[in-house]
Amino acid sequence: MLRDRKQEYLTALILVGPFILIYGALFVWPTIQMVLLSFTKAPLIGVGDWVGWDNYVKILSQKLFHSAFWNTAWFVVLTVIPNTLISLAIALAVNRLNGWLQGLVLACFFLPYILPVSVVFLTWNWIIDVQYGLAQGVVALFNGGEPKSLTRTIPLFMPTVAFVTVWWTMGFNILLFIAGLRNISPEIYEAAQLDSAGRWRQFYRITWPLVWPVTVLVLTIQLIAQLKIFDQVYLFSIGGRQDATITLVQYIYKLAFQQNKGGEAATAAVLLFGMIIVLSVLQYQLLRARGEK
Amino acid sequence: MSAEALSGSQAAVVAERSRRDRPLDLVGIVLTAITLLVALASFFPIYWAIITSVKPDGEVISGSNSLWPGRFVFDSYIHIWNNTNIAIWYVNSMVTSLIITVLVIVSSAGCAYALSQLDFPGRRLIYVLILACFMVPMQALIVNHFVLMAQFKLLNTWAGIILPQLIVPVVIIVYKQFFDSVPKEFREAAQMDSAGHFKILFRIYLPMNWGVTAALGIITFIGAWNAFLWPFLAATGEATMTVPVGITQVKDAYGIVYGKLMASAVVAGLPVAIVYLIFQRRVTQAIMLSAGVKG
Repeated sequence: MLRDRKQEYLTALILVGPFILIYGALFVWPTIQMVLLSFTKAPLIGVGDWVGWDNYVKILSQKLFHSAFWNTAWFVVLTVIPNTLISLAIALAVNRLNGWLQGLVLACFFLPYILPVSVVFLTWNWIIDVQYGLAQGVVALFNGGEPKSLTRTIPLFMPTVAFVTVWWTMGFNILLFIAGLRNISPEIYEAAQLDSAGRWRQFYRITWPLVWPVTVLVLTIQLIAQLKIFDQVYLFSIGGRQDATITLVQYIYKLAFQQNKGGEAATAAVLLFGMIIVLSVLQYQLLRARGEK
Repeated sequence: MSAEALSGSQAAVVAERSRRDRPLDLVGIVLTAITLLVALASFFPIYWAIITSVKPDGEVISGSNSLWPGRFVFDSYIHIWNNTNIAIWYVNSMVTSLIITVLVIVSSAGCAYALSQLDFPGRRLIYVLILACFMVPMQALIVNHFVLMAQFKLLNTWAGIILPQLIVPVVIIVYKQFFDSVPKEFREAAQMDSAGHFKILFRIYLPMNWGVTAALGIITFIGAWNAFLWPFLAATGEATMTVPVGITQVKDAYGIVYGKLMASAVVAGLPVAIVYLIFQRRVTQAIMLSAGVKG
């Protein structure tokens, strides 16, 4: 019996071993190092003096950090809510269709989501190109017949990147919404039809309350994902005034890889870390509350 | 009650019923038409990228913006093949994505089996670690991943690109859920025949959950192929870049670039698009599973 137990521990150790190695070396260790690094005045590679909370004081009062924070918040607002509403509308529309037509339409909406971000960037950068881009026809309508760069005009930068992001990522949300819609029993709708409830009434009395849990899931997943935004914003801002459109991860990148300030970059990373953990815990509680109901 | 009034109300009932049962639903048709138009609009950018890549350069910048090329040419593709390192980036992407997929699947399946079927000290700790990992943004760890990889001289190597991407906790969670739902009798019967845990995992649990493995493998591959931020930091030399990084970093110094850029975009998106089109069901399933929604 004791041998069996020992055997089981050994088996468990072998099975869990790769996990412990990978997560220990690439998750636990870097996380500890990040916190330690954030209290030092170190370059990216190398050691530096312990400076206590100096980096935190410095970064929290730095103007660039503030713009990174507000740019990120602005990006979150511009993507999360429109994306959720549009995805729900499209999911409702797709859910009405049947058979191969549904499959085809869903594929049209979903295909962008599986593409690499650089493909999305190159494609849209060409479409909105100030000289030959297709979208300039539309831009001209609003700009007195003149073309205008959508990514070099600072106030238009975030809305443009947000639009592209919504196009790119809505497939994911649509899938979740469709799953939610399919879980609604058709009998409820049949009952509603007997009471001759119209389309709109059916939507806001049955559909909307019943997909609300999915909506919360979609909102929180996106909120956390968009706080970590880097790729698109960075790619579209190459060659432009990057500081004006900087986001939090981009700020970490700039401190570490462009200014060689490892300590301060780690500090910014810890701050981002904190924000996301708070939100994740909230999300977890929310989902658990839902699960227990 | 007059006969007239009665027939009037009957007529109303009949009319109401026929309105409801009528196969020709005008609002429905309009909604379907709008849906199709929006779907086409959503697909259009991809179409436009493909079409631009097969137009002659002169036509791309002629301003005509025709939806169908006057002449199909593959000059852009030939150009990027001859003048960029895209073939090398392709090999880098393929190798790193495949290795990431295999390592993530194997290590996660093993860990999930242990968590699900074995009793050993430290189970709870591992569980807490996985949950913590869910909440931690990998983007925040870029600085220390870079430092770590630099210490081990792994920057600009395949290993350097691969290692930080092995953290995919959701695969463990999904596997554990599926292993939990395998009836205990299977394991007990196998143990009667004195089969070890490895045999049980590889002969019973994994084959029984073959569909899940396929779904998770496909989504891990797509994720690894598409990864941008980490490969962008870890691979700075043109010889070690992956496709998504390479196509944004290397600019043609002269000539008309749009067609060539679109050709590189098409080539970069092709593998994941093909994987998706072949395994649509599995991709959808994997996304539902990883979001914790039952499909």
